Amino acid sequence: MTTGQPKDDPALLIKPESPMTTSTWQHHHILDLDDFTSGEIELVYHTADAMKEVLSRPIRKVPTLRGKTVATMFYEPSTRTRVSFELAAKNLSADVVNISATASSVTKGESLIDTLDTLQSLGADMVVMRHPFSGAPYIAARYIAASIINGGDGWHAHPTQALLDLYTIREHKKEMKGLKAVIIGDILHSRVARSNIWGMTTMGMNVTLCCPPTLLPVGLDTENDRFPRVSIEPNIEAALDGADVVMTLRLQKERQQSGLLPSIREYIHLYQLNEARLNKAKPDALVLHPGPMNEGIEISPGVAHGPHSVIAEQVTNGVAIRMALLYILAGSKKQ
Amino acid sequence: MTKSWLIQGGRIIDPSQGIDHVGDLVVSDGKISSPGETTPKADYKVIPAEGLIVCPGFIDFHCHLRQPGFEEKETIATGTLAAARGGFTTVCCMPNTDPPLDNQAAIDYIKAEADASGVISVLPIGCISKGRKGEGLAEMGELAAAGVIAYSDDGSPVMNSRLMRQALDYSRTFGLPVIDHCEDTVLSNDGQMNEGILATRLGLRGIPAAAEESMVARDLALARLTGARLHIAHVSTEGSVELIRCAKEKGTRVTAEVTPHHLTLTEEEVTGYNTNAKVSPPLRTRRDIEALIKGLKENVIDIIATDHAPHAEIDKLCEFALAPSGISVFETALGSLMKLVHDGQLTLPTLIARLTSEPARIINSDKLGTFKAGAPADITIFDPEREWVVDTSNFASKGKNTPLAGSTLKGKVMATIFHGKLVYKDDSVKLEQ
Repeated sequence: MTTGQPKDDPALLIKPESPMTTSTWQHHHILDLDDFTSGEIELVYHTADAMKEVLSRPIRKVPTLRGKTVATMFYEPSTRTRVSFELAAKNLSADVVNISATASSVTKGESLIDTLDTLQSLGADMVVMRHPFSGAPYIAARYIAASIINGGDGWHAHPTQALLDLYTIREHKKEMKGLKAVIIGDILHSRVARSNIWGMTTMGMNVTLCCPPTLLPVGLDTENDRFPRVSIEPNIEAALDGADVVMTLRLQKERQQSGLLPSIREYIHLYQLNEARLNKAKPDALVLHPGPMNEGIEISPGVAHGPHSVIAEQVTNGVAIRMALLYILAGSKKQ
Repeated sequence: MTKSWLIQGGRIIDPSQGIDHVGDLVVSDGKISSPGETTPKADYKVIPAEGLIVCPGFIDFHCHLRQPGFEEKETIATGTLAAARGGFTTVCCMPNTDPPLDNQAAIDYIKAEADASGVISVLPIGCISKGRKGEGLAEMGELAAAGVIAYSDDGSPVMNSRLMRQALDYSRTFGLPVIDHCEDTVLSNDGQMNEGILATRLGLRGIPAAAEESMVARDLALARLTGARLHIAHVSTEGSVELIRCAKEKGTRVTAEVTPHHLTLTEEEVTGYNTNAKVSPPLRTRRDIEALIKGLKENVIDIIATDHAPHAEIDKLCEFALAPSGISVFETALGSLMKLVHDGQLTLPTLIARLTSEPARIINSDKLGTFKAGAPADITIFDPEREWVVDTSNFASKGKNTPLAGSTLKGKVMATIFHGKLVYKDDSVKLEQ
């Protein structure tokens, strides 16, 4: 250990077999997983391992990001993602400012740019952003010097969620390559599903999407050469056959009102993940849910809290993953 | 300022008369001279045009000048200047202004403002429905008397099929075309871009081709029913081309237009959430482009119209879903269309016909889009080979909203003459006494 380096710097805890160092990291922002390599995702895992070690200490705080400012900018209600980022930043000793915008203030186009101007002037180093419109973090990334972390944009992407999902899977499975994952539910409106499709397939997993055709995004069933390793199976029993990982998505009640489903009752009948259906999957299958759950709708309470469920671990791992990302980005340079 | 010109040694292309030869074009006091005259009658200037194309001034059947109501986006002054820089000498402006052009006073205002501040001819299009609300017909007779050349609720489709039938029926008295922006808005459902794998990747709601095609099919059935003149605005899909082809084969009175951007750009422009590529109808796919070019070659699509839709910079500097649709097209139209000529997909005379004689036929004018002796001297001179980089800070238009910003185009307007007046000249053109 060289002198002068704080001895609780988590970088020192990254295991020696780490495939990359932060010096080969390519991203100044985390906008989506579509441009991540498997090596970069593994670097996030290894860094998160070190962060988990920090989280296991009696005092879960290291001085790594002292003097840095992390702003969270949430244009949509969120509990777990915002709190997870806030805890992650505070564990690394960053100063955290929270900016929340009401839905009404996004109806005027200028508001996003105005807020970004403010953040720029305040000198935020990293901005975690959640926004109801797809692509909003890309505007921010073009507009200000800070690193932007996408905390979920419209239907488009939720990369930190997908990374924590992958990390949770990796903790239970020795080899990710070749695993069969099934994503069930409202894929059309789901940024979690989109980011997981990128992340899982990049790590060599095969992904089966299971939903009624009205909730399936266009093009995946006909042009899936651009999404290799993705297949579609609308029948839940067939989809679950031999699955290693099962992820079910929250069903918004509005989907019925907008005519995409005849009724919630029929959805439960056809697509709820319950014990009987889960028996089709492998005996050691994992059940994930990005939350918040509608127990009794997309998932039965027995499965949500049963032996296959890793839903609680996902939440814990979320903090470690976000600490890892903040740590890595703090050392990145604007391209 | 002189209105007499000797345009020397250019390739003169006038599809209205089947002319395509190298020679001189003579303009005397604002009018095209008869073929026998070799020099203008009055004092004149010489425009050397060797290596350049000399053709009738372009006519744009579909543009938005934004005045009155949205002067921060464009005015008749800036819009006509931008059009002149693009080689246009006549533009037809859509009535989605505020207030909309649904009555004689509004049309009179456009004509007065065009006389006062416009540098080229502005022909107004009147509303189909009062206030563009899609409920009751505008006073189409009064609008015809005031001088509109067509009717449209452009920007909004006529969703009510019975109103569309009534508009077509009622228009027959005046013989003017009814232009529809074909989009079933229930089906497009606030979509943001073409529906497909790219929309899925970007997490944007898609607009299926069927949203356009189902309304094209409806309108064609209504045109058939009424016998009235129907014009389909900005055709964007392969399916629409096929529907129009079938209808024309059956003798339906329909004409159709396509924009330069739908002929040359695909949905890929949206990548990175580029709001300047957001347009209605949305940019589609390579396959659609091929069908549109084929339709243009085979007279299924009659004309090229710009749908010039300028917006202020701040309007587009926002989230993709909140950005208004539209592209500023006047000043890039020729440059982007010339790509089709350079790639061997269209001949120059065909391209020019779609910008001159064909729109003149729809407007029903024998004075426009032609070099017939005695016609007003509306002339576009362009260099088909000149390469230039699109720099929106040089635009005369207030609308800098184009996905072509920074790209290189091959083909540039060198001079535009309107009624004998030189209204635009590239810096490189040197006039001689």
